[in-house]
Amino acid sequence: MTSPLSRLDLNLVTLILGAAILWFVPVGMKSYGIYVISFWLVMSIAAMGLNLTLGYAGLKSLAQAAFLGIGAYATALITAKGGVLGPVWSWPLAFVVSGALTFAAGVVLGFPALRVKFHYLAFVTLAFATVMFLIFRNEQWLTGGVYGFPNIPRPTLFGVKLNNDLAFFRFLLMVTLVLSLAMWWLLRSPWGRAFMALRENPLRAASLGVNLRTYTLLAFAIGAGYGGFAGALYAPMVEFIDPAPFAISASFVLLLTVVVGGQGYFLGPFLGAAFSYVLPEVLRVTGGYYLLVYAALVLALLLVSPQGLIGIVEQIRELRRQKTAQAMRDASKVMLEAGR
Amino acid sequence: MDQFLQLVLAGLATGSIYALAAIGFTLVWQTSQTINFAQGEFVMLPAILVLAAVKFLHLPLPAAVLLATGAFLLLFGFGFKRFLVDPMLRHGVLPLAIATMALSILMKEGAKDGFSAEAQQFPSLVPDGAVTLLGATLSLRDIAIFGVAVVAIVALQLFVTRTRTGRMMQATAQNPSVATILGIPTERMILLTFLINAGLAVLASFLISPVYLAKFSNGEVIGTAAFIAAIVGGFNQVRGALVGGFVVGLVDNLAAAYVSSAYRAAVPLVLLVLVILFKPEGLLGRKEERTV
Repeated sequence: MTSPLSRLDLNLVTLILGAAILWFVPVGMKSYGIYVISFWLVMSIAAMGLNLTLGYAGLKSLAQAAFLGIGAYATALITAKGGVLGPVWSWPLAFVVSGALTFAAGVVLGFPALRVKFHYLAFVTLAFATVMFLIFRNEQWLTGGVYGFPNIPRPTLFGVKLNNDLAFFRFLLMVTLVLSLAMWWLLRSPWGRAFMALRENPLRAASLGVNLRTYTLLAFAIGAGYGGFAGALYAPMVEFIDPAPFAISASFVLLLTVVVGGQGYFLGPFLGAAFSYVLPEVLRVTGGYYLLVYAALVLALLLVSPQGLIGIVEQIRELRRQKTAQAMRDASKVMLEAGR
Repeated sequence: MDQFLQLVLAGLATGSIYALAAIGFTLVWQTSQTINFAQGEFVMLPAILVLAAVKFLHLPLPAAVLLATGAFLLLFGFGFKRFLVDPMLRHGVLPLAIATMALSILMKEGAKDGFSAEAQQFPSLVPDGAVTLLGATLSLRDIAIFGVAVVAIVALQLFVTRTRTGRMMQATAQNPSVATILGIPTERMILLTFLINAGLAVLASFLISPVYLAKFSNGEVIGTAAFIAAIVGGFNQVRGALVGGFVVGLVDNLAAAYVSSAYRAAVPLVLLVLVILFKPEGLLGRKEERTV
């Protein structure tokens, strides 16, 4: 039997081993391949935030791509044209500002919505995501509108500008690892347990002294903050941003990513992001049909396992557990009959 | 003033399309807690099916309309319930909602790859033309859309409230277990709501496509609008969805003319948030008692 604690530790081991392997994976890859895995990491961070909101706290947010956009545009504005703090300190500032802005947006959005009814957060975030997309598109003086925001510089680390794709990927990997560890710690802390208590049974959690509103608000705001962090990494990764990847449909895809990966599982977002952002790149070989194939795969997967990809692993485990139990029952039956 | 009148009529015409979609959305939600993110694509597809039947099977238009309607009812009325909603519903509302999201991508891409990426002409039953009323030029098509939709909705309302089957359907929506005890075939009633939903989508599709042309991406706007209309109207009432549809259609059209065309898509949503904050049960919705 696995207790929740040992499962989390397994998560930690997977995380560190995974990071160590990924450090060497892109060696010798072409820049397109490195781009695909970098993209996967960035979207994993955004999905990790949404997984906290959705999978652990049970709140439906339809604005994760908008938070990603806020982070990306804030980073672009702070770091472009030499940067407000020069080439070295601009990106760290942008990273912090992106997280803080989106966290604050989460609080401002969540506070009135959660006051009324929990599932209204979905509608309020839907409205917010639409408004943000229109701002990204229409306020050309600030964001460049549909023409995009060009020349976003890569960050500089220890005096080295990370223009090399491999160097930037490794930097991205380290940031992802730090953010994942922070999330792992958060979920094991009393806070994380309070989030889960909220999802499982809000009334009981409240009667045990968990402040419902504060904790749901925090879960949503931290989830939004991860979206902002992901945006701060996305902008220098692609070096050019336009409004399209932050549209409402992109928020839907992120939600889909979390559910497909396995909501409420720590490693779910990484699996989900691989499914939603790497698989379509692989499926490009099918020509124009890749979205069609992708959607069909999602449908098939959810029909087989509504708990997502990790759900399949759990199902296999459960099956094996039942088999062992059955074998033990059979064995004991034989023994009992022999004894009679 | 005459411009205002024109905008109001155009708003009511698009609003009636939204209302048709929102009513189907609400019905399906009521009887089986399905949040159908593919509702917009449900309205997009029937027109495409008709055009595909004409193009590939060389059918005359009336036959194509019949075939498309039948195929759509079978696939997205019966098939949608039997093969997607039934197996997934017991795992909760969210996986099913996500599955309908995937279905919407599938339908959209299917229409694009299987038929055409270009907007196509769709034959109109009503002649192009306009009448002048109080100095305003009113398009005949808008009047026809509004008229047909209103007749359909009134018929549906009469069916639901005045016939035995309609009342059994209502009972199923309100309390399925008690309805079962009273001997109502709830399964059949739920299937009926899915068929009605598909039927309303077909009707909306045939009404809107002559105006906006048949295109694979039409569902995005209609789906969001129907979703908003259902929430604004109260989510649990056909009457609410009807009013919600008209409100969203009107607000959308008037906002484009008088507020800002760049931000027109945001105005109905802001309205939605205001409704949520000040009247959470919707404009016509009833307060739901919380059960512990």
